[in-house]
This record gives sequence, structure tokens and C-alpha cells, in this order.
Amino acid sequence: MYGGYNTISMGTGRKEFNPKKARPGLEHYIKEAGQGTLAQIGGAANVDEGVIGNFMAARFNNQANLPGFLPMIDEGLSMKPGVSVEGACGSGGLALQAGIRSVLSGSAEVALSLGVEVQNTYKAIYGADILAGAGWYPKRKAGHAYFFPGQFSDRAGAYFEKYGKDYARQGMSRWYANAIENARLDPTAQEYHNTTPDPYTTCLKMEPNGKFFVDNLNVLDCSKVSDGASAIAVLSEEGLKRIGIDKSEAVEVVCYVQAQRDITKDPSDLTELEAIKYAVQKAMAELGITAKDLATVELHDCFSIAGILTVEALGLAEKGKGAQFVSDGHTSRTGFIPMNTTGGLIGWGHPTGGTGVHQAVTIWQQLTGRAGDAQINIPADRPYGMTINMGGDDVTISVIIYKRG
Amino acid sequence: MKYEERLQNVTVLGAAGKMGSGILLLTAVEMANLSLQPENKDKTYVLNAMDVSDKALFDLMGYLRDQVRKIAEKNTVPLRKLYADREDLIENFQVIDEYIFRVLNIVRPTTAVEVAYGSHIVFEAIKEDPALKNKVLGSIKQNSKVEPWFFTNTSSIPITELDENAGLDGKVIGFHFYNPPAVQKLVEVIRSKHTTDDVYEFALQYAKNLKKVVVPSNDYAGFIGNGHFMRDALHGINEAERLTAELGYVQAVYAINKVSQDYLVRPMGIFQLIDYVGVEVCKYIMGVMNPYLENEDLHSALLDKMVSQGVMGGQYASGAQKDGFLKYDKGRPVAIWDVEKQEYVAIEGFAADVDAWLGAAPAKLQPWKSVNFSKAKNQILEETFAEMNTMTTHGAILAKAYNKRSNEIGNLLVSSNVAANAEDVNTVMLTGFYHAYGPINEYLK
Repeated sequence: MYGGYNTISMGTGRKEFNPKKARPGLEHYIKEAGQGTLAQIGGAANVDEGVIGNFMAARFNNQANLPGFLPMIDEGLSMKPGVSVEGACGSGGLALQAGIRSVLSGSAEVALSLGVEVQNTYKAIYGADILAGAGWYPKRKAGHAYFFPGQFSDRAGAYFEKYGKDYARQGMSRWYANAIENARLDPTAQEYHNTTPDPYTTCLKMEPNGKFFVDNLNVLDCSKVSDGASAIAVLSEEGLKRIGIDKSEAVEVVCYVQAQRDITKDPSDLTELEAIKYAVQKAMAELGITAKDLATVELHDCFSIAGILTVEALGLAEKGKGAQFVSDGHTSRTGFIPMNTTGGLIGWGHPTGGTGVHQAVTIWQQLTGRAGDAQINIPADRPYGMTINMGGDDVTISVIIYKRG
Repeated sequence: MKYEERLQNVTVLGAAGKMGSGILLLTAVEMANLSLQPENKDKTYVLNAMDVSDKALFDLMGYLRDQVRKIAEKNTVPLRKLYADREDLIENFQVIDEYIFRVLNIVRPTTAVEVAYGSHIVFEAIKEDPALKNKVLGSIKQNSKVEPWFFTNTSSIPITELDENAGLDGKVIGFHFYNPPAVQKLVEVIRSKHTTDDVYEFALQYAKNLKKVVVPSNDYAGFIGNGHFMRDALHGINEAERLTAELGYVQAVYAINKVSQDYLVRPMGIFQLIDYVGVEVCKYIMGVMNPYLENEDLHSALLDKMVSQGVMGGQYASGAQKDGFLKYDKGRPVAIWDVEKQEYVAIEGFAADVDAWLGAAPAKLQPWKSVNFSKAKNQILEETFAEMNTMTTHGAILAKAYNKRSNEIGNLLVSSNVAANAEDVNTVMLTGFYHAYGPINEYLK
């Protein structure tokens, strides 16, 4: 992969965001991200096909038929093949995987994978209805007003009960603080302007209030409502030659796994992300590595508790010890395995359909030394980066392992 | 008759006005919430929104819809629980829309005052005119088919007079909301000499359900809120007139408005507040209160002049501020009305000169917005005013004099038995006027 580009993740927290003023729509974000990548790969003429990952433009923006926006990015994409893929918040990951499969099948040497979501068209209380589409609709009636925060609040509650609330909330608050610290280093991050002096204490002291939100998460435990898009080119070696870029400037996809869990079934254990665990373990097993060989991970922290549970799914900590692992600083940017180095979903932002692609862009930036102020050290003996993208409550999972080409 | 039965049929008079619309909103929501309780499911609830203007009633329904939506959006978590048995209401927007319909479906807009004849509770928020109030309430009392209880939102007329002149037999109570009623926490509750205990107890229960802070006031014209505000406003006007010789009129108005807002850490300057309430309304309230006051003349020739020139202040139906002493652009004062030339004079033309005359502001001074909601509010105020106490700039001197007068007014309200104690006076200013601290304070010397 090469030529990643992120728009700003727009929404509350950004100084330029004003919910009362008219804002750019899908077209703007698709165009900016698409053109951002095309400019790095010698233009649209080099692209064989396009993939758009998106979750709910049909409701957020009353817009379907998204492949029709590919030629809008650049006339050079006109009459070329295009497709859109949907797997809720895992749509971006599917856009990457679709690009990878096209390249591996030989139908494309260069695929443009783009993820986008524009969600600030609705207030959060109505946006919650739309995002609930990532769950099984017959469960909606019994679900919380804020459906997905409710789902992960239940997970957090189960974790509290098993392992202790104060202990868990310390880990979750550290997760939040890491996200903010990292986001402050990336000008495109939604929390880039965040100036809270002590994010850890702020989060820890904010007791969850089930009366108006959910029982076991506060608002800082949650990713925000975001507008944004990300794009990256998926290329074969042939494709790299076509655009005239040396392998070392790109990242190699060394392993990819996609897994689905039955959306109609409740998780068997609320304190475990079963599908994520399956997918990451399968990917690492295929490569013959463990999580300790990874230099960095971009994981799907739609909620801080999801960050903790994913740390455990990776095998970095035993069940129940993920919060300790995070509290001990191992996932911070100076820790053993820096995670979500530009803020992740909580810090950088979560334009749902765009997130999976944003994760890949961040790994590409980190492994090729392009991460600017957010750059971390990539140890020579641990050259791998991983992205974990999740749609719904541990339902649509994409895991990719990368190393510098 | 139980609380929820009495609220089955209510009329708000002046329902489309500034205060009436807020009272209508809160009452409609309270009635809808009662109607949603399982034990009340078979009962009907009627809220007559009576006003003289069809146009205003038309706008009122739009206002109600928007406000109820906001309330429903904030309360979606409990509303989903309330509608748990409604299988057809699945998504938040469905629950919210259903609730809005429920509230609006209780409200009957009308221009016919006769609707009140069937109401157990009549809320009065009509013009602050004693003769009009006597006539309307008295007529309803005579023609009513039930025994109505009257709740009056008067901010200045003694309740005992209303009670006796309209022949309400003690079934009346002062229930004075602050503007806007949906936002301001305060309600002043005022019993007439004859108000019966059942009416008083109902009033307290109703206020509690509306999550209002109740401050009892004794039955003196203006009560606590206007008792302070009108005298405070008159002080500001007198100060501006005094400074006119030195600074010029518009400059003096600017200076006093600035001192009363910035230096005293209040949400608005005094002239902006007069505009907010309405220049004409202030003049009128002073006129209602003045005959009852001993040893003072609560009257301003300047307000008379403004009204005669048609400069009224007040608000548009949208809530936007109309021009008065100050001219507003997107809510910000940009010019000041010159009563001699009868035109607005842009503030930017003289602000720097007046600011220089006022002198350097205290270094620790912060705007009201950042002080009032700060956990360290008391500490900030103490430090700011301690610094101001040592200063001799024109601004600091005016601020100290202003606070001293506010303090005197507060103490007068207690010594003249309008308020039971200093705390009640301060609570009114904190919750009805959103001040960061009460008039009875030790901050400024």
C-alpha cells in the first residue's frame, strides 16, 4: 500500500466545527481524500479500479450508489470499475480487503481504496438510531437510546463485575489519556485542539451516569461523531513500478484476515471480543509471530473498553489483565507497543465507514517514517504493524499485518 | 381533588406572550408526563392556550413544537423506558415524535376566554395592568362551572389587591416565573392575605415537579425580584445621567453598562438587561410599584422619554433582542440610542476613550461566563474584588458604588419584610437573574 491520505476528522472538538453552520457533504470528503491519494500515485490514469467503504450514507446523507462518486474524484476514473462495500464501522477494512483481493486476483494492479462517512448531519440522539443499524434490528427496541454505547456499556459492566470497577476505569481512563496525547500530535485529528491539562484524571473523575447516558461509560470513553474520509492505494509490485515508487516507500501486506460473527447472536462472553481474538490470532499464526513482534497496532477503540478487550484478544495480557497492561503504560507512545499513535477512534476520530482505511494510512505513515510529530520508533527486530477494524459488536472484523516494503 | 386531577383542565391566559409561552410549555410537559403514567392512561388532559392574537397563537405552536423536541431529545433515555410497551416505537426519532405529538395534542390554542370556565387551574400571564387583570380574572371566577384556582405571573402587583378586587376568595397565588420560564430556575411564590393552604400546597408541588427553585416572597409590590431589579436599574440610569456632564450621554450609558456587566461580573450590563425585559415593561412596572413605596420615588423620566420616542426593547418571537438603549447585531451591543439626536451612535467610535477614562480593569477580572460555572467561583470573586477594593480608577469607584447600592437594596428588602432573609434575596438574584453572587455580600467595600 502507498499514498495514504486523511482528511481532517471533523466534528465537536475541532475549533472550526460549528454545528449550526452548513458543512461540506460526502462529495467534499470523497474528493479530498481521493485526490490526495491520486496526487501521490501519478494520477487517475494509473488506477484500475476503485472501492468505497461506507456505512450509512443512505441514512446520514440520503445517498446510495456511492461507486458513482469515483469518477467525480477525477475524470480519469470515469468508466473504470468501482464498487462500494458495507460492513458497518468495519466498512473501511472491507474496502482495503476488497482492494487487496482485486490485486491478488490479478484484475487490478492498482486499486484505490477509500472510506468515508459524514455523520454530523444529525444530532447524536438521531445518529444513534442510524448507527444502531450495525446491530441486529430486532434487538433495537430493547436496546439503549444510545444503542452502541449501551452495548459496550454492558461489556464494561461485565468487566467491572469480574475484575473490579475502579481497576478497570483506571485502565480505561489511561486509554483515553493516551488517545488525547497522540491526537495532539496529528493536525488532522479531531482532538488535535484538545487542551485538557490532565485527561487521565478528567476521565477518571467523570462518573458514568445512566440516567441520561449509559451506566458504565462516560462520554470520554466513547469515540465522537465525525465527518471524514481516508484513502490509500493498494498495489501489486507491477503497480508500484507503474507509479514509479520504490518498494521501501510502501508497506507490504504480509497477512490479511477477514472474519464474520453471527449478528443475530449475542456474544457468549461479554468480557471477550471473540471474533477479534479469532482474526488476530489467525493472522499472527499464519505469519508465525506473536503480538510481541508487532511494533505498533491500530485497533478499533470505538469505546475505551474495546481497547482494553482488544489488548487481551491480542494475547498481550491475560483476560482481566488488559486494564493493567494499559495502566502500566505499555500501549502509550513511549511504551512497549504504542497503539493508535494518532489518537485512534477516540482521539483521531471515527468517521465510521472511513476508519478502517484511516488505520491503514496511519500504519503506512509510521512504518515508512511519514508520521511527522506523531512518529514513533519502529524497532528493527519488530518490524510489523497491525490494523484491527470492527463492524458492529464484534461482528465484521478485518485484520491486516504490514511491514515496510 | 388530587394534584393530577386538578391538572386535567388548565387554561393559560396570555399564552402566546413571552412569559405565557414558557408557562404553557412547562405546564404542557407536566400534564403530558402525568398523562403517560399508567394510572392516568384513561384520563383526558386539556390545556387551553388562550391569547388575543391569532397570529401569535400560530407562532406559539411552532415554538412549542421546537421546545418540546429539545426536551424530548434530552430525555430520550427515560422516554424509551416510558414507551417500553409500545412495540411500534422502536427508534429514538419515533419515540421523540410520539412524545411531541402527545404534548401538542393536549394544547388547544384559542382566542376565546370562555374556555377558562371549565378549568380548575387558570394561569394568568397577561399585560401587567391591574384593572385588566381584575376584570378578566373576576369574570372567569363568576362564570366558571368549577371552582378555579388562579395562578398569577404578575411581577409587581400585590396579590392581596388582585384577590380582593377580583373577588377570588383566596383561591389565588402569585407564581412568578423568570424570563425565560423554561430556562430560569426561579419561581417567586407569593400568598395573598387570604390565599388558602390547599392552593399554596399545590403551588409548591407544581413548582417541585417543574424542578424550580421556590423563594417565598411577602406580598409587597415588586416582590423580591423586581424589588431589586427596578431599584438597581434606576441606580444605573441615575449614574449614567450624572456622568453625562463629564462624558456625554451615550458615553455614560456605555460606561455604566460596562461597569455593571464586566466589573460586577454579571451576565448583562444594566442597560442590556432593561432592553431584555423591555424599556416599556420596566417603565410600567415602576409605575405599578411606585404608589406602594414609602420614602422613595421609583420613576425615571429617561424611561418615559425612551418610550415616547418609540424605543422599546423587548424581544422578537424568535427570542432575538429588539433594539432599546442599545442596538444589537447578532445579540451584541453595537450602538447606543442618543435621546437628544434620536439616533443610534456606534460604540466603536468612542469605546476606546471611555475605556481609557474607566482605567485599567483589575488584572484578575474574568467574564461572568467563565466565573459563574467555575468550581472556584468564590475564590475568583474574592480575589477579583479584593484587588478592586485597592483600586481608585473611575471604573473601580463606579463598581464599588454600584455594588454598595445593590447591597443597600438587598438589605432594604429584608428590613422591609419583603424577603424573609438575606439568603432568599441572594437566591432570587442567583437563580432568577443568573448573577454569580448575591447583592448581600462582603466582597466590595
